[in-house]
Amino acid sequence: MDAPLLPDAAPVPASVPGPAPAPGGGITGARALRRMGRAITANRKATAGTALLALFCLVAAFPQVIARDNPNAEIYPRLLGISARHLLGTTALGQDMWAQVVWGTRPVLLIAFGVGLGATGVAVLIGVAAAYLGGAWDSVLNVITDVLLVIPLFPLLIVIGSYLHGAGTGVMIAVITLTGWSYTARQLRAQALSLRGRDFLEAARVRGERGLYVIAVEIIPTMTSLIVASFLTNALYAVLFSSGLQFIGLGDPSVVSWGTMLYWAENNEAFQVAPLWIIAPGLCIVALGAAFALINYAFDEIGNPALRPLLRRAGRPASRRIAGTARRADAQPAS
Amino acid sequence: MRFVLRRVGFFVLTLWVALTLNFLLPRMMPGNPALAIIGRFKGGISPQAVKVLQDQFGVGTRQNPVAQYLAYLRNVATFNFGPSLTTMPGEPVSQVVLHALPWTLGLVGVTTILAFALGTGIGIVGAWRRGGLLDSLMPPVFVILSVVPYFWLGLVLILIFGVKLHLLPYFFSYDYTLTPSLSPAFIGNVLEHAILPGFTLLITTIGTWILTMRNNMITTLAEDYVRMARAKGLPGHRVMLDYAARNAILPNLTGFAMSLGFVLGGAILIEEVFNYQGVGWLLLQAVNNEDYPLMQALFLLITVAVLVAILVADVATAMLDPRTRGAR
Repeated sequence: MDAPLLPDAAPVPASVPGPAPAPGGGITGARALRRMGRAITANRKATAGTALLALFCLVAAFPQVIARDNPNAEIYPRLLGISARHLLGTTALGQDMWAQVVWGTRPVLLIAFGVGLGATGVAVLIGVAAAYLGGAWDSVLNVITDVLLVIPLFPLLIVIGSYLHGAGTGVMIAVITLTGWSYTARQLRAQALSLRGRDFLEAARVRGERGLYVIAVEIIPTMTSLIVASFLTNALYAVLFSSGLQFIGLGDPSVVSWGTMLYWAENNEAFQVAPLWIIAPGLCIVALGAAFALINYAFDEIGNPALRPLLRRAGRPASRRIAGTARRADAQPAS
Repeated sequence: MRFVLRRVGFFVLTLWVALTLNFLLPRMMPGNPALAIIGRFKGGISPQAVKVLQDQFGVGTRQNPVAQYLAYLRNVATFNFGPSLTTMPGEPVSQVVLHALPWTLGLVGVTTILAFALGTGIGIVGAWRRGGLLDSLMPPVFVILSVVPYFWLGLVLILIFGVKLHLLPYFFSYDYTLTPSLSPAFIGNVLEHAILPGFTLLITTIGTWILTMRNNMITTLAEDYVRMARAKGLPGHRVMLDYAARNAILPNLTGFAMSLGFVLGGAILIEEVFNYQGVGWLLLQAVNNEDYPLMQALFLLITVAVLVAILVADVATAMLDPRTRGAR
């Protein structure tokens, strides 16, 4: 059984410039992170994305600082307009909308980071193991990855969600992680495969290092930037998928989050009575998604210079580049 | 030929996994949620239908799971999904699905093809005029656009064009004071109702095609054979279309099939927002009503649609691009 001919069956973007022959692999990892830090400040898209993400993280960490009201309390007059007391007015259920938007940040970010870390962890494990072990292991892991990749994810999530009845934040993270890791696992496997047979890996083998050591210390650090990109992709998808699920009522309706806000808004004729109830949480989803997508896109540009905006001369890209197939981050999931 | 056989093998394997998931999921959940709801409906359903539900969900039967599984596979192979429980009580699921299918095929099919054609075209021109206005505007705009949730864009469009401006209808797929017919008035009404959902789907999906095509083109334009074509002094449009675009479009073809899963997933929510009675809307009706037989059948239908599209695209790519045939 083999892989479907996906766009990324072609060589993966050369996100890791050049081989990393350093024997102390940890150094490469730290260097890659430092390089990323410089890249974030140098690339405008990356700066904007990172600033936006940092802002959301702050709001999620300290919501009480900017929103005193209890987001669940249905104690205010209904459908108030914008005022100093209620920055975004109140909902048809008598909740303060500003408090809802602010407090709703936390579960969304929890899901984004939970799935981002979880799915990337699984993807690294399976992708690198498949490439490193090779042979029958590779075939089996590869088939599992490919099968999961082509089964339509959002309908599958709907089916699972309907059996679960009101998935809370933790369940949401678990379900999206377990079903959503396959795309990035494919990319990571392709990258790890391209490392196979490199001299620094042969050297480690000759030194008699164990397999686990080679994977953890020699292979993974050279893939740092692809792993970060994989985290961003998975986090973005988690935001969009979970909001979609919450919007159709498959989340836990008592958790205040942007998706459930939209669910209640649609069920309370917000079109007619409170357009902000629809607009505010949606804009937040877009802004958070844009933060992840901008950082990711900037990484694409950093990894594949051919895609960078031209500064001076309009014309052909100067030199030959390795195929930089667009990430799934460019594709919209179901939400 | 061997390549095609391998692809068919993968198709069968994935289909089997999807079928098995469908069978296992309700059994894996705490307390088999399907059990309760189906138990309630037993009285009003014919004995044959009860048998189908027993095989599908393991309700009220002493048969061992393996026999249930085999019977379930046999039922699916003969399109026997049992009766709909709550959405259209008692009607065979396959009938209910058949009524919804044309609406989705029309809306999603036409929009997807339109988005692919338009997006690929814009991507080609954008990459060709590298550094031009189109090229520098496209990436940031579509990066943002690609993270706008389909359903939210639908809600906003309803708010603007439906509720505030009263320009376009946004409920159902036709005015239901009309009786469906093939008269121009009715067809016009259907088209009018398709504008908002179709437009929502179009602008959220087109960005993918533009960006992937642009990136493929940029890579292809750096190839030696493109330089050769320029050196021969061929007219620009021939180099752009016959030399670069023809090759750059190949990976996009598989991407097209792969994206169908996403598009169908997104279309589910768009149909829900616009109450457009297609497959996705029906799926959510089934979910809300806990109509598990209908839900399972729809999930399988969507999966099969995606798998068939991928198979067709793989075979087409293999025919168009000899390099892929030997690939692993």
